[in-house]
Amino acid sequence: MSLTRSQVESIAHLARLDISEAELPVYADSLSKILSFVEQLSAADTSSVEPMAHPLDGESQRLRADEVSETDRHEKYQANAPSVTDALYLVPRVIE
Amino acid sequence: MNEQSAHAGWEVVIGLEIHAQLATRSKIFSGSATAYGAAPNSQANLVDLGYPGVLPVLNREAVRMAVKFGLATGSKVARRSVFARKNYFYPDLPKGYQISQYELPIVATGTLDILLDDGSIKTIGITRAHLEEDAGKSTHEGLGAASGIDLNRAGTPLLEIVSEPDLRGAKEAVAYLKKIHTLVRYLEICDGNMQEGSFRCDANVSVRRVGAEKFGTRCEIKNVNSFRYVEKAINYEVARQIDVLEGGGTIVQETRLYDAAKDETRSMRSKEEANDYRYFPDPDLLPVELDESFIEAVRQTLPELPDEKADRFCADYGLSRYDALVLTASRDLADYYEAVVSGSGGASAAKLAANWVMGDFSGALNRDNADVATARVSSAALAGLLARIQDDTISGKIAKEVFEAMWAEGLSADAVIEAKGLKQITDTGAIEAAIDEVMAANPKQLEEYRSGKDRLFGFFVGQTMKATQGKANPAQLNDLLKRKLAP
Repeated sequence: MSLTRSQVESIAHLARLDISEAELPVYADSLSKILSFVEQLSAADTSSVEPMAHPLDGESQRLRADEVSETDRHEKYQANAPSVTDALYLVPRVIE
Repeated sequence: MNEQSAHAGWEVVIGLEIHAQLATRSKIFSGSATAYGAAPNSQANLVDLGYPGVLPVLNREAVRMAVKFGLATGSKVARRSVFARKNYFYPDLPKGYQISQYELPIVATGTLDILLDDGSIKTIGITRAHLEEDAGKSTHEGLGAASGIDLNRAGTPLLEIVSEPDLRGAKEAVAYLKKIHTLVRYLEICDGNMQEGSFRCDANVSVRRVGAEKFGTRCEIKNVNSFRYVEKAINYEVARQIDVLEGGGTIVQETRLYDAAKDETRSMRSKEEANDYRYFPDPDLLPVELDESFIEAVRQTLPELPDEKADRFCADYGLSRYDALVLTASRDLADYYEAVVSGSGGASAAKLAANWVMGDFSGALNRDNADVATARVSSAALAGLLARIQDDTISGKIAKEVFEAMWAEGLSADAVIEAKGLKQITDTGAIEAAIDEVMAANPKQLEEYRSGKDRLFGFFVGQTMKATQGKANPAQLNDLLKRKLAP
């Protein structure tokens, strides 16, 4: 399995990665190699195997009680934010 | 239906995706509060903010509520469901993915019956309902070149309810939406507040030639927040699509936004790029396995459902289907009605109580923008008023005046009747005296009546009522008048 240049561009765009023209063939080549390596798995017959959602097979999700355990600590959390106004996180303008 | 005939030759196909915010105290994956209207970011913790190294822990109540919905719609409740990551970038989604369910939702394949305008019942398929987390909110006002992000809503539990493309017009879509709205409030899993966004709807709309097998290309109308706008948005979109197709054009699959001010839908260009969410199972969450005892325990908490209640109202109270549906549209109203009935003489007062609850009472609620829980006339007070109508203390007409005074002043019916001297006159002698006066004052009309002008009977009723300030018992007044006016 090998990835085309445009597939790599599209994946990079979805992941918001800025890949240069020069890097494109490098990524296409190395990602294709990874896929080929993993593709060996398709030699195994899995027709009767149910896909696992998780490696901890047989374990079930623990549920927590519906209780509010958190207090307002936005000032502390927002100390990390590049820009804040009136307790709102500021980002470059996005509008539909 | 006339919806169809307005677009001769075309069939409308609609599927709805409803987002019901589950009425939990805390978020679906964190212990932050979910209260509406809190100060920005005061209810967003490290999990909601998508800090590295944190882990989601699933809220049992959210699971319970989803199961409750599944049981109430006769759906398949999945013994095993899996959370998946839906990947996309947007500033109100700090993790870069929304935790949702994809291949294995918690609720699958159910049905819901809706009542159509012509009185027939139509069964609408529910494809699935899955649990997911809500995103935050962006504001753009007064922030210059920036947008402000409030993540209080991020992580609020949602149940996304997806219908089959079974709806054939805007009216059907609204009937289905209202039915789900009623149901989630009965189940107490969602407060249904559309203004606050607790109950939202996206509509997938397409049209095809009557008889065509293949669906037409659909457009998705996003987040319309009232029943009226859902109907208008769909009607606009249907007309637009038919226009395009009849003009030889083609429909582009896209997301469109409804603009209520202009009553039109328009393309959201920023979302034209094909969505590629790259769903995969969320490694932070194990599959949710539900055992029979969990599901059975939820089943035990199911209330009487709206359809069952409406059936019972028809059977026990002799109400019409329409009245029963109006009265059971919310659990609060239905409970209020039943309290009025039992407080004013039981089933014999059922029809009278229905008229009052649907009429003056609901009218006063609408006028004051109030709800049943905070109504200024309690069910006991209204029952007291109806009792005075039934024992002929006051007439139905005077009762309306009494009701308004009760509503305005918070008094009991008896107190108002006493204070305003509205007690009905049932004393035959007093009514006769009033009639004599009226006859003496109107000799010309009396003569005409006696010479055969029957229509004048109404005139005498009116005059005598006026003479008693509307307090004469109407039935007695009629009897006495007939007798006295006779030549």
